[in-house]
Amino acid sequence: MKTLIAALATALVLPAAAQSPKLKVGFMLPYSGTYAALGDAIEKGFRLYMTEQGGRVGGREIEYVKVDDESDPAKATDNVNKLIKRDNVDVLVGTVHSGVAMAMAKVAKDNGTLLIIPNAGAVAVTGPMCAQNIFRSSFSNWQPGYAMGEVAAKRGAKKVVTITWKYAAGDESVGGFKEAFEKNGGQVVKELSLPFPNVEFQPLLTEIAAIKPDAVYTFFAGGGAVKFVKDYAAAGLKKTIPLYGAGFLTDGTLEAQGADADGLLTTLHYGDGLDNPKDKSFRAAYQKAYNAVPDVYAVQGYDAAQMLAIGLNASKGDVSKKAEIAKAIETAKIDSPRGAFTIGASHNPVQDMYLRQVIGKDNKVIAIATKALADPGRGCKM
Amino acid sequence: MDSATFAVQCLNALQYGLLLFLIASGLTLIFGVMGVINLAHGSFYMIGAYMAYALAPALGGTAGLGFIATLLVGLVLAIVLGYALEWTFFSFLYEREHLQQVLMTYGLILVFEELRSLTLGDDVHGVAVPAWLSGSIPLGGLMSYPVYRLFISGVCVALALAMYAVLSRTRLGMAIRAGSTNREMVASLGIDVKQLFRVMFAAGVALATLAGMLAAPVSSVYPGMGSQVLIICFVVVVIGGLGSVRGAFAAALLVGAVDTFGKVFFPQAAGVLVYVLMAAVLLWRPEGLFKAT
Repeated sequence: MKTLIAALATALVLPAAAQSPKLKVGFMLPYSGTYAALGDAIEKGFRLYMTEQGGRVGGREIEYVKVDDESDPAKATDNVNKLIKRDNVDVLVGTVHSGVAMAMAKVAKDNGTLLIIPNAGAVAVTGPMCAQNIFRSSFSNWQPGYAMGEVAAKRGAKKVVTITWKYAAGDESVGGFKEAFEKNGGQVVKELSLPFPNVEFQPLLTEIAAIKPDAVYTFFAGGGAVKFVKDYAAAGLKKTIPLYGAGFLTDGTLEAQGADADGLLTTLHYGDGLDNPKDKSFRAAYQKAYNAVPDVYAVQGYDAAQMLAIGLNASKGDVSKKAEIAKAIETAKIDSPRGAFTIGASHNPVQDMYLRQVIGKDNKVIAIATKALADPGRGCKM
Repeated sequence: MDSATFAVQCLNALQYGLLLFLIASGLTLIFGVMGVINLAHGSFYMIGAYMAYALAPALGGTAGLGFIATLLVGLVLAIVLGYALEWTFFSFLYEREHLQQVLMTYGLILVFEELRSLTLGDDVHGVAVPAWLSGSIPLGGLMSYPVYRLFISGVCVALALAMYAVLSRTRLGMAIRAGSTNREMVASLGIDVKQLFRVMFAAGVALATLAGMLAAPVSSVYPGMGSQVLIICFVVVVIGGLGSVRGAFAAALLVGAVDTFGKVFFPQAAGVLVYVLMAAVLLWRPEGLFKAT
């Protein structure tokens, strides 16, 4: 009997001892509120890649922990600390809201936890806040703006008015646009803005009509994007002044915008109708797993998982070997559904920005606006 | 800014102010007559917008009379909702402290938001402008004005006049005004105050819901739209004087003008101008522009 118990005990203990402990991945994403759908898509994309890898990375099985960040910067530091101190996560993945991501980056920079940002475009995260253990799988707000600046100049616009919410993301996007547009000989004649998240655009549309620019560049997202596109058309401006936007203007909003969005040009690092095999297989797998069409957020989640796998496979699952992880990710070519990209010195993707046109319910990719565009990573000292 | 642009901006200010009045009037009525601080008022606006989105397909879309049908059915539902809410929740609040009222009505916001999320999801939706109101009137140069916005303004003016007439010229209005100053006395004169309040509350809910339905085609429909509108409504109500419908009307137009011209002339400060206005009015007249009547 004793031997039997001993044998059983060994049988139970041995496999556990032979395996390294599970890798704890902490999702800090919005699961409620305006961005709930985005958080959900990011997690689905992330899990899809990990499932394709057999649920293991660097030889370790993965365990997920979730915290709803409610897109509330005021609660961000508490939420990050919950994941790091209470749940002892090895890796942080999050988030959508830039303000919350900044708080996460601050904590990650201070205590060295590996952080992968699957959406938030705050320039500072891969600028002054950059660190060896902080990566982004999405974009910086500067990137789509810069790409559109080149497009607008090439299309012959000379005088442009910009309009956005007066907050970091809007300012950074317009900043990117202005930089490229003025470098190519154009001039931003007026920068209109209104407080976030105010959606009473009418007075500013009247201003645009009075100024009569060659084109308008805009950064709006979500409900504001829907209303802006509809108001722009209702004010009769769509027929007379071309509207150019960062991709979020028409992403996930086309159903609500209807015909008013038809033909709009936007720039982003992903779109519909990309002619690459990886995107096709990704879309099919996502459709099969979740019975839904993936969006740019799902792609960013998927690529966040790829970047984590690249880093941890190089360090054999050891999250403390930060230099090895960083080196592996910095030198890798990431096989993304958006098209292969690399990670720049400030840990932001160096990627093609696509020019997309709204055709029906799709953001069809019609050209590459800027090839392998890298965020300048101003202020980043690593 | 030339005179034509200025005139159009005045029109923008007027139109925005009138819409604000429509939403805020229900809030100020409910507070003025029943003394209830109703934080859930923004939720009724949100419910209205979502009703416009959800009901329109079932009632013949937005072509022709479908839009009118949607408004009417929505109004009936709103009155039923207001009636039921007053009966189940708000009738217990009149004698309570404001803190308890705030707690319960805040709870209602959470309940309504969650119900919305469960039944209609978290996506952003658009509501089409009815075909017969979808044109725009050219105003010279590149400027033109959407007919639908003028239509909203027209409805708001008509409702403001109707409210004025009811409150100052009818028996019901007299009872409402009396009930707000001295409940017991009105009750002892043989007027069913309970019933009166129930009708009032339903009317307040209906006004906010109607505003939501009317605004849906121009504002789009999205989660959190209610809380956004609630804050500016409170500003209007406080500036106008708590409980005063006349005050709400004047304050709404004032806020509309400050917001519109603030965005044009002082874009850097546009976010705070409305609150500066509120602070200035309160310093000058702590009870708001008009005392409740």
